[in-house]
Amino acid sequence: MQYAISILLSGISLGGQYALIAIGYTLVYGILRLINFAHGDVFMVAGLLMVYLTSFLGGILPPAAVIPAGLLLAVVLTVVLGFVIERAAYKPLREAPRMSVMISAIGVSYLLQNLATYITGGLPQMYPEIPGISKTITIAGVPTKVVTVVTPVLVLVLVVALTQLINHTKIGMAMRAAAKDFETAQLMGIRINAVISVTFVIGSFLAAVGSVLYFTNYPSIVPLSGALPGLRAFVAAVFGGIGSIPGAVVGAFIIGISESVIKGSSWSIFSDAFTFALLIVILVAKPTGLFGEKVTDKV
Amino acid sequence: MEKTNKKRLWITLLCAAALLILVTLLENVLDPSKNVMLFISLKKGAVYALVAVSMNLLNGFTGLFSLGQAGFMLLGAYTYAILTIPTDQRDAVYYIYNGSAINFSLPELLGGGPVGLVLGVLLALILGGCVAAAVAWLIGLPVLRLKSDYLAIATLGFGEIIRAVFQWDKLGPVTNGANALKNFPTFSSFNIQGGPRLSTCVAFLLAGICIAVILLLINSTYGRAFKAIRDDEVAAEAMGINLARHKRLSFCISSFFAGVGGGLFAMLVNQAQAKTFTTAMTYEILLIVVIGGIGSVSGSCIAAFLYVAASEWWLRFLDTETVLKNGFKVPFLRTGFRMVVFSVIIMIVVLFFRRGIMGDRELPDLLAGLSGKTRRKEASGK
Repeated sequence: MQYAISILLSGISLGGQYALIAIGYTLVYGILRLINFAHGDVFMVAGLLMVYLTSFLGGILPPAAVIPAGLLLAVVLTVVLGFVIERAAYKPLREAPRMSVMISAIGVSYLLQNLATYITGGLPQMYPEIPGISKTITIAGVPTKVVTVVTPVLVLVLVVALTQLINHTKIGMAMRAAAKDFETAQLMGIRINAVISVTFVIGSFLAAVGSVLYFTNYPSIVPLSGALPGLRAFVAAVFGGIGSIPGAVVGAFIIGISESVIKGSSWSIFSDAFTFALLIVILVAKPTGLFGEKVTDKV
Repeated sequence: MEKTNKKRLWITLLCAAALLILVTLLENVLDPSKNVMLFISLKKGAVYALVAVSMNLLNGFTGLFSLGQAGFMLLGAYTYAILTIPTDQRDAVYYIYNGSAINFSLPELLGGGPVGLVLGVLLALILGGCVAAAVAWLIGLPVLRLKSDYLAIATLGFGEIIRAVFQWDKLGPVTNGANALKNFPTFSSFNIQGGPRLSTCVAFLLAGICIAVILLLINSTYGRAFKAIRDDEVAAEAMGINLARHKRLSFCISSFFAGVGGGLFAMLVNQAQAKTFTTAMTYEILLIVVIGGIGSVSGSCIAAFLYVAASEWWLRFLDTETVLKNGFKVPFLRTGFRMVVFSVIIMIVVLFFRRGIMGDRELPDLLAGLSGKTRRKEASGK
C-alpha cells in the first residue's frame, strides 16, 4: 500500500512537471503547427541557468537572497531565450514549408545541447537545493519531498491563470484567432509576430517553472537531460489533443503516472518505449487526441 | 532526352569508377597509420552517404518525413553482428549470458576462408536489410496513415522502442543485452595480409552499389510515382497512383538500405551497441540530407563526406587549447567548442541556404552543362 502511494505521488509530481512543458508545446503547435523540438532543451537550459546563477550570485548577495534572486533571473533569462530563439530561428522561415521550420527546430536543439556541453565541459552539474521545496515530509506514512505536493497545486494555479489569460484578454483572443486561422487573423489586423512572441514567452516561462520543480527531484543536470522529458511532454500534448491546454495537462498526468508505475515494476527499461507505444496507438486510433478538435483537409 | 540520359549514366559510372580507383590507390600509397583521420573520414563518410541517401529517398523523394532511421540502422547492425560473430568467439562476447543462443556464423557456414568471408558478410548485410525492411513493413501498417509531423514523431518514438527492446535482459542470449557485440568481421578484415589494403575500397564499393540501386529506383516508374506523391498527394492519387502501396514500398526500401547502412556502420566501428543508435544519430543524418539538399542524391553523398570530415577531422583543432608563439592563448578553444561551431554552421545553412549544396539537382546535371537555364525553365513551368 505504502509502495503504491509513493509511486502514485511521484507519478503525480512528474505529471505536473510534464504538464508545464507540454503546455509550451501545445501552444506553439496550436499557432505555428510546429513541433518545437528545442523546447525540451530550453527546459534544460533553464535548469543550467539556475545552477550557474546561484553560484554566481552566491558571491555578491547575502545568502538568504541568493535563491529567490537566482530563481527570478533564471526565469527571466529563459523567457528571453525562448523569445530570441523564435525571432532568430523560426521567424525567418515563416513562409517556408513546415518541414524547414521543423528542421530549424532540430538545429536549435542540437545547438543548445552542444553549447551546454561546451559550457559545462560535459560534467553533470549539481542542482542547488531550494529551501522550502527540497525538504522531506511524510504523507500517509510515505516520505517524500515538499515539491511533490507543491507541483500539482502550482500547476493548477498556473493553468487556471493561463486559461483566464487566453479566454478573457485581448492577447488571448488574438492567440485563439491565430490558432484558428493564421491568415485570416492577419487580415483582421492582428499583429501575428507579437502573438507568436507572446506564445513563446509563455511557453518558456512555464518550462522554466517546470525545470525548477523537475530538477529538484534529481541531484544533477547534464546537457541531455532536457531531451527525454521534452519528448514525453510532447507525447502528453499529442495524447491530450494538440492545441488544447486542458488536454495537455490531463495527458501529462496520465503519462507521468504510467511512467512512474512502469519505472517501479520489473519492466523499467520499457518506460520510454511504453510512452511512445501509447503515442502511436493514440495517433492511429484517435489522431486528434482526447480533447482535440477534428480538422478536415481542404483540397 | 534519351541521349542526355545515356550521357548522364556514363558520367555517373565513370565518376564512381574513378573514385573507387582513387580511394584504393590512396589507401595503398599512403600509410594508414599516419593518416588515420583521413581514412576514418572516408569510410565513415561512405557509410553515412548510404544512410543519408536512404533517408533522402523517403524525405526528399517521397515526402514522408520519417525520423526512424537510427532504429532501422540498429536492426541492420545487430542482425549483421549476430550472424557473423565467429563461433569460437561467441562465449567471449556473450560471457554475461553464458554463451549465445545462436551458434553458427555465416562466414563459417559458407566454407570459411576468403570466399566464405566475402559471401558471409554480403549475405549478413542483405539479411540485416531484410530484417529492417520487414519491421518497417509492420510499423508502416499503422504509422504510414499519419501525416507530416505526426509521422515524424511516431517514427522517432519507434526508434526509441527498438532501442529499449534490444537492451532488454530477457533477450540477452541473442542481443547481449545492453553490452556491445564485437569480434565480427570488419572493414579491416578485407585487408589482405602482405597484399593490397582494401578496407576503404570495400566500404566505398558496398555503399556505392546500394546508392546505385537507389538511383536506378528513383529514375524508374516507381521513382516518378514517389515524386508525384511528394509534390501533391491528392493529384497523385487522382492520376491512379496507389498511395498506400507506394508509401509502404518507399518506407520499406528506405529501411532496407538503412539496415544495410547499419551493418556497414557496425563494420566501421567494430561493435554494435544499442546505445549508439540514438535520436541524435537520426538528427545527424537528417542534417546531412538538409545540407546536401533535400531531393538530391549526389548532394547527400557530398554532404555526408563534408559533414564527417568537418566534424571528425578538420574542426578537431577547435577542441584543443592552443597557445600561440607569443604566449597569446586563443580564447574559447577547449573540449566541446568544435560541436558548437559546427552547430552554428548548420544553423546558418538551415536558415540562409535552405536549398543546401545541391538543391534538388544532381551532380551530372551540372557536369553535363544541363544546369541553370533549362532546369529553371522547367521549374517555372510548374
